[in-house]
Amino acid sequence: MAEWFVAKAADMQDGDRRIVTAGPHEIGVFFKDGAFHAYSNYCLHAGGPACEGLLINRVVDLIAADRTYHGQSFGDEMHFVCPWHGYEYELKTGECVGNRSLKLRKYDVVRRGEDIFVVT
Amino acid sequence: MDMPRSEVRDLRFDQFSVTKHLEHASAQARQRNYQDFLIVDVDSHHYENESYRELFEYIDHPVIRRAAIESTKRPGRSSMMNSQVGYQDTGGRITRHELRKYQKVPSDTHRDIAMTKLWMDAMGVDYACLFPTPMLFLGLHPQVEVEVAMAQGYNRWLCDRILSAEPRLISMLYLPFNDPDAAYRTVNEFGDRKGVVGFMVTSPRYRPVHDNAYVKTYALLEEMGKPISFHAAYNWNDQALAMTNRFISVHALGFMWFNMVHMTNWVINGLPERFPKLKVMWIESGLTWAYSLMQRLDHSYMMRTSDCPSLKRRPSEYMREMFYSTQPMEIPDDPSILEATFKMINAETQLVWSSDYPHWDFDLPSVIYDLPFLKEQAKRNILGGNAARLFGLDPKPVKTIP
Repeated sequence: MAEWFVAKAADMQDGDRRIVTAGPHEIGVFFKDGAFHAYSNYCLHAGGPACEGLLINRVVDLIAADRTYHGQSFGDEMHFVCPWHGYEYELKTGECVGNRSLKLRKYDVVRRGEDIFVVT
Repeated sequence: MDMPRSEVRDLRFDQFSVTKHLEHASAQARQRNYQDFLIVDVDSHHYENESYRELFEYIDHPVIRRAAIESTKRPGRSSMMNSQVGYQDTGGRITRHELRKYQKVPSDTHRDIAMTKLWMDAMGVDYACLFPTPMLFLGLHPQVEVEVAMAQGYNRWLCDRILSAEPRLISMLYLPFNDPDAAYRTVNEFGDRKGVVGFMVTSPRYRPVHDNAYVKTYALLEEMGKPISFHAAYNWNDQALAMTNRFISVHALGFMWFNMVHMTNWVINGLPERFPKLKVMWIESGLTWAYSLMQRLDHSYMMRTSDCPSLKRRPSEYMREMFYSTQPMEIPDDPSILEATFKMINAETQLVWSSDYPHWDFDLPSVIYDLPFLKEQAKRNILGGNAARLFGLDPKPVKTIP
C-alpha cells in the first residue's frame, strides 16, 4: 500500500477535486458535502477521464401516484459525468448510473494532520 | 511505455487542451501500436459556423452573399442558416463543446486545421475526412437557392482554405441535392480539387434518390471513380419523429431513418444495376440498421420481385457491396451479435472506421482494435486499409502520437 499526497485539507473547498497520477493509477479525488471520494479516472465505457467532468445532480422524472408524468427535476443524488461521452457515476458509490452493476474502482482517502492522501 | 509518475493537478473549466482532453486516447494509441499502421477517419467534423465570416465571402450569388455576411453582424447563429433543436452536448455534460473555445493554436495556421490535427494525433489518426456540422441540416432549408449558394461557398472555402493547406485533411464535398443540376455542377467543378475524395449527401431531406434528375450526377461520379456518401442526421420536425420527446429518441431513430429510406429506394429502384461501378457509402447510422434492413428487404423481395424487376440478386447482395462507416458502433453485451453484423456487411472489405469527433458520441479506434473476433489484418483494413483503397490514399502512416 502506498499513500499519495492530494492536497492540504484547507485548500479543498466544497465541490473541488484533484486528479492524482500515482504510479500506474490515475485517480479523481472529490471533496463534496464534507466527505472525500476517490475513484479511478478511467471511464468504464471507452477509457475517458471519468472524474474530469461536471458534478451534477441526478435528473428525475416526476411521476405521480396515479402514474401520470409531471415533468422533470433534479434529485438529491450527486453524479459526476465523464466528459467524453456523458457516462454518469454516483459520487457516493462510483456506480455507473446506466448500469449499477458496473462500478469504478474506489480508493481510500486518509487525512494525516492537515494533509489529504489517497491510498493505492 | 508510460513511465510511472506522481502528479496532482487541479481541474479547470476556464482552459482547454485537446491533447490533454484526449490523453487517455493517446495512451491507447501507444499501447496498441497505432504508429505502425494507417488509420483513416472517414467521418469527422469541424464547426464551419465558426468560420462563417470568411466562408460567406466565397458565395458567388451576390444577393445571398450580402445577406449572409450581414447576418454575421448580429450575435448568435447566422439568420440565413437553418438549424435544429438538439441538445447534443447533453445539457453541458459533454464539456469540450463549450471549452474548445479556450484551445490555443498557432496564429499562422487556420484554426480548423490546427484543432483537427490536435485530435487526430491524439487518437492516432493519419487522415481525416472532414464534414461540416450545422450544414448537416441544410437539406431542410426552405430556400433551395440558399442550399445551393451555401454549398458552393462552403465547398470552395474548404478547398481553398483547408484542403489545399493540409494534406492530412480530405473531404467528400457537400452536394446541394435539392437542386439536381447544381449537384451535377458541383461534381464537375470540384471533382478534381486537392483532397476531394468523393461527394456527400446530407440524409435529412425529402427528395428520392431514384429521381431521374440525378442520373447524370451518378454517371459522372461513376466515371470519375468518386464515391457518393449519405451522411445521416435527424429532422425533429419530421411528422413521425416529432412524436419523440427526448434527444436520445430522435437521435436513435433519426440517424437511421433517412438512410433506411434512401437505401431502400437506392436498391429497390435498381441503381446498383444501373451504376455497377459507383461506390456508395452510408455514414453515421451505426451498423444494426443495415443488418435489419437486409433481412427485411430480402424477405419481401422473394414474394414481390415484380416491385423491383431491375434487380438480378437479392437486396442484401447489393447492400453487401456498399461501404459503411462504423460510428456510432453499437456494442452489444454478446460479441457474437456484433460478429454476425460484421459478417452480414462483409466488414473486412466494406467497413470503414469513423470517429465523428468532436461530436458527443464519438468513437476511438479501439472500438475496432479491441474486438475479440477480428484478426490483426481485418482490424487494419477497417481502421484504414479499406478507406485508403477507396480514396486512393498512401498507406504509409504520417501521424505523430503525443
